[in-house]
Amino acid sequence: MNELKTVFEASKAGHRAVMPEPLDVPEAELPEALRREAPPPLPELSELDVVRHFTRLSRRNFGVDSHFYPLGSCTMKYNPKVAEAISALPGFTTLHPHTASVAPYLGICQGALAVVHDMERLLADIAGMTAGCLQPMAGAHGELAGVLLIAAYHRHRGDTERDTILIPDAAHGTNPASAAMAGFKVRTLPSDKRGVVDFEAYADLMNDQIAGVMLTCPNTHGLFEPKVAEMSALAHEHGALMYYDGANLNAIVGQCRPGALGFDVMHFNLHKTFGTPHGMGGPGSGAIAVGERLAPYLPAPRVVKQGDRYGLVISEQSIGQMAPFFGSFLVALRAYAYILALGDAGMKRVSEGAVLTANYVLARLKETWRPAYEGFCMHECLLTAADVTAAHGVRAVDIAKALLDRGFHAPTVYFPLTVKEGLMIEPTETESRETLDAFCDALLEIARLAEEDPDALLRAPETMPVGRLDQTEAAKTLNCADLP
Amino acid sequence: MDWTAITEAEQREMLEVIGAPDMEALFSVIPDELRVRNDTNGTRGKSEIALRRELEALAGQNRHDCVCFLGAGYYDHYIPAAVDALAGRSEFVTAYTPYQPECSQGTLQSIYEYQSMMCRLMDMECANASLYDGGTAVFEAAIMASRITKRRRVALHESLNPRWRCMLQTHTAGSPLDLDDDAAKIDEDTACVIAQNPAFLGTLHDYSDLAQRCHDAGALLVLAVNPVSLGIVKTPGAMDADIAVAEGQSIGLPLGFGGPYLGILATRKAYIRRMPGRIAAMAQDDAKRRGFVLTLQAREQHIRREKAMSNICSNQALCALRVLIHLCLLGPTGLRETARACHAKAEYLKKKLDFVQILNDGPTFNEFAVRLPRPATAVVADLVPRGYLAGLPLEAEGAGTENDLLVAVTEKRTRAELDAFAAALREACHE
Amino acid sequence: MNPDTLKYTEEHEWIINQDGIYTLGITEYAVDELGEITFVELPEVGKFIERGEDIAIVESVKAANDIYSPVTGTVVEVNDILDMEPDLINRDCYGKGWIVKLKDVNEDEYNDLMDARSYRGFLKTVDQ
Repeated sequence: MNELKTVFEASKAGHRAVMPEPLDVPEAELPEALRREAPPPLPELSELDVVRHFTRLSRRNFGVDSHFYPLGSCTMKYNPKVAEAISALPGFTTLHPHTASVAPYLGICQGALAVVHDMERLLADIAGMTAGCLQPMAGAHGELAGVLLIAAYHRHRGDTERDTILIPDAAHGTNPASAAMAGFKVRTLPSDKRGVVDFEAYADLMNDQIAGVMLTCPNTHGLFEPKVAEMSALAHEHGALMYYDGANLNAIVGQCRPGALGFDVMHFNLHKTFGTPHGMGGPGSGAIAVGERLAPYLPAPRVVKQGDRYGLVISEQSIGQMAPFFGSFLVALRAYAYILALGDAGMKRVSEGAVLTANYVLARLKETWRPAYEGFCMHECLLTAADVTAAHGVRAVDIAKALLDRGFHAPTVYFPLTVKEGLMIEPTETESRETLDAFCDALLEIARLAEEDPDALLRAPETMPVGRLDQTEAAKTLNCADLP
Repeated sequence: MDWTAITEAEQREMLEVIGAPDMEALFSVIPDELRVRNDTNGTRGKSEIALRRELEALAGQNRHDCVCFLGAGYYDHYIPAAVDALAGRSEFVTAYTPYQPECSQGTLQSIYEYQSMMCRLMDMECANASLYDGGTAVFEAAIMASRITKRRRVALHESLNPRWRCMLQTHTAGSPLDLDDDAAKIDEDTACVIAQNPAFLGTLHDYSDLAQRCHDAGALLVLAVNPVSLGIVKTPGAMDADIAVAEGQSIGLPLGFGGPYLGILATRKAYIRRMPGRIAAMAQDDAKRRGFVLTLQAREQHIRREKAMSNICSNQALCALRVLIHLCLLGPTGLRETARACHAKAEYLKKKLDFVQILNDGPTFNEFAVRLPRPATAVVADLVPRGYLAGLPLEAEGAGTENDLLVAVTEKRTRAELDAFAAALREACHE
Repeated sequence: MNPDTLKYTEEHEWIINQDGIYTLGITEYAVDELGEITFVELPEVGKFIERGEDIAIVESVKAANDIYSPVTGTVVEVNDILDMEPDLINRDCYGKGWIVKLKDVNEDEYNDLMDARSYRGFLKTVDQ
């Protein structure tokens, strides 16, 4: 494939695409001091230029619709088309959010308020908690909201000495970053040899300075924390609250509820568990749910049902606003459709399928690629290429690139940081056995090549529009914009 | 209905390969008393037809036939058909973060082009790959300014959107930042002043002097702008702002009852390492072919954890793509004409509303505030049955008296609509 | 510099006193961990730094590491060449790739640091 010009390189003076309507009112002029001097230096393109450019760009991407995308911890499941169609209904897309801001307009947005209200209730049910809130706009934003809620809870109780949050070493980096953003110190919980939190170390670190504990369960090793209920009980004994990072909820959704495990607050990644598209990195939604203790502090306003109408209330104790309105509403709408479509029985099939496919991949590969930890996994399996690296110089990154040449997106590599040369594979429940087999066959072939012809792997990828790019030079040059 | 893809027969075979007697064995690590066991009374799923029927009915409960004069930072602009057609391509929609750059060049090049486009639009030197929305962009800019200046005080100018002000308070509750409303005071503790152009109530200012006063005191100017206005309005760069932020909704994103939206953030090249979020950069492969990668990621949360610049780990790539495509379709002339139309139509309506007091003390772009002879909520209530969203009553936002109304006009409004609305408002004022 | 004559920290920094001017850099071990260095953020000359305070950031594609000052003192000179050639640290970490120089340093803090032999012993424990 040839290099693709940027839109700026493709620009030709005088070309135009969309033409605004001719002005039907008199011209108006801004005072000179407030005017932009020259027109903005945007590219000049015909509509077909634009269409060809972005169509060609799209072909340089792997997506779930085109490729198996077993990116661990990201839950790249199929995104149902019906949810897309629903999110494009003009009754939702054209609705101004300020219609919810004053009473006379509330009659205009009753359908949307019903979605917010019902979705928050559904999420609370799935969480096994009291209330939900759609405001946080992504997982990390939900984490920040959750930690701010924990802070507000302690503050309102006059319990001001708690300044630390406990977080496992295997946690996503967003956990410590969110805790720090909310003003907390972070203490790291070590993993034990089985790949789960070392309970003794946890018990030693738990004290009255601890504001909360952030846990991902199953954790990023793909393992359920066997002592999670005991951890919650101990935290509560010391007055600390439990945060559930919902990144891996797909493993247990419908099987058990974080509230029942003792968690006080959680975030959902609607774009993971409930099948909304990942959109190259966003938009997602980091909706949260909380138990009774934290419900009074939820972001405001809250949608409530008053008789047969929906209205808004603001709690005095609310932490405020995480979003200007109701978060990523159109994303939540897709997830709402997804949850309604599945029902309780369908939700169980989701986690069963997620756990089945991950264990199947693990079973097919474990004689060749060493599992980081013993036993069954949950919704993702974590393998290590460390032996192969030591023996043949082939690293996890080489395996990732070789998979691209074989038509598969790579697993997550080099995460979590606790495992060397890690390959974290999350197939999801929407993949067929044929796809899983083809992927496993590819990884087995790559293992053979690592022994017989490691150079072939070091050259990969060879079928992509570009080969491996020089990250170091890019960081030094820092060409981050084409400026006029 | 569900989208799982393994048949019962396949499941049995796969369990055999796994070496598990049944599905329960795979879940046995979860203590039994914690499992959900409501097999009998669970909710039933829905077919695609039933699902659509139900959601279309809900959509139908929202009125979307009103002529819209609501704005307040979120505007009813036209979105060209090609934006939906192109940004709706599933290669964009169903991809994730470009962790493997070789199979994500579409994403990465589009981010690079978006960054370039934002720099050109705002007259700034570098931009990130986008943030969640305008409000979180203001928050990130405040944190960034504090990090650059090593100061804590953040002064909020009266022009700032009250919702963003509220979000800023919520987000900084645990941070060392001190927020206050005295933007006239710029001292040696001040990290930045955050101002907005046009102001929340619509008035345009040249903030060059404020920028100068900030710089004299070693502080930064953070300027929030309406991106459509930049077709004709003096840019943050031209005013010498240090960090420019914006809500990107008005260029290519549907109103969508509040989101998803787009946070734009751009700054000086000197501050690129203090800029939160993802950043795409040009790179080369061994064969000297050009490509794009994410860069400066070493300062972000997946590596720095609690020492990271920000806790955010995503961007709104698909929303950024829509803005990029829309700007490509508009080009310099189209953006200028769109901005001129918004301005001219707002001026036309302003003149038509000669029976109410205009509250703005200077020129406006697409929005202005009026004081009505009756409470604004009563007036807008009278106009809803006549098919108008007459604007935002300002008292509820803490931005005016009970009689004040904020009125926005976009290029979509026709002269006939403006004439009819002016007449309807006149009547509603005197009821 | 001769690595045998330097003082060391557990964060893989080295420091040496030469007539009251203390030169600080990072060790070969730190350089290997980081990979090719793409950027070094230096402090302002004249800045007073307390022990344990961050004094610089060394950045590669893999990591952005804070350099914590192992001693209290005042910055008298920074290695400006690193602005243009950050990978000088990769090429000569004990020589041309020094990072900052300090004066008015708390001598007790300096004397408490590891010598070369202790540091080598420490590295063995790290590798395990």
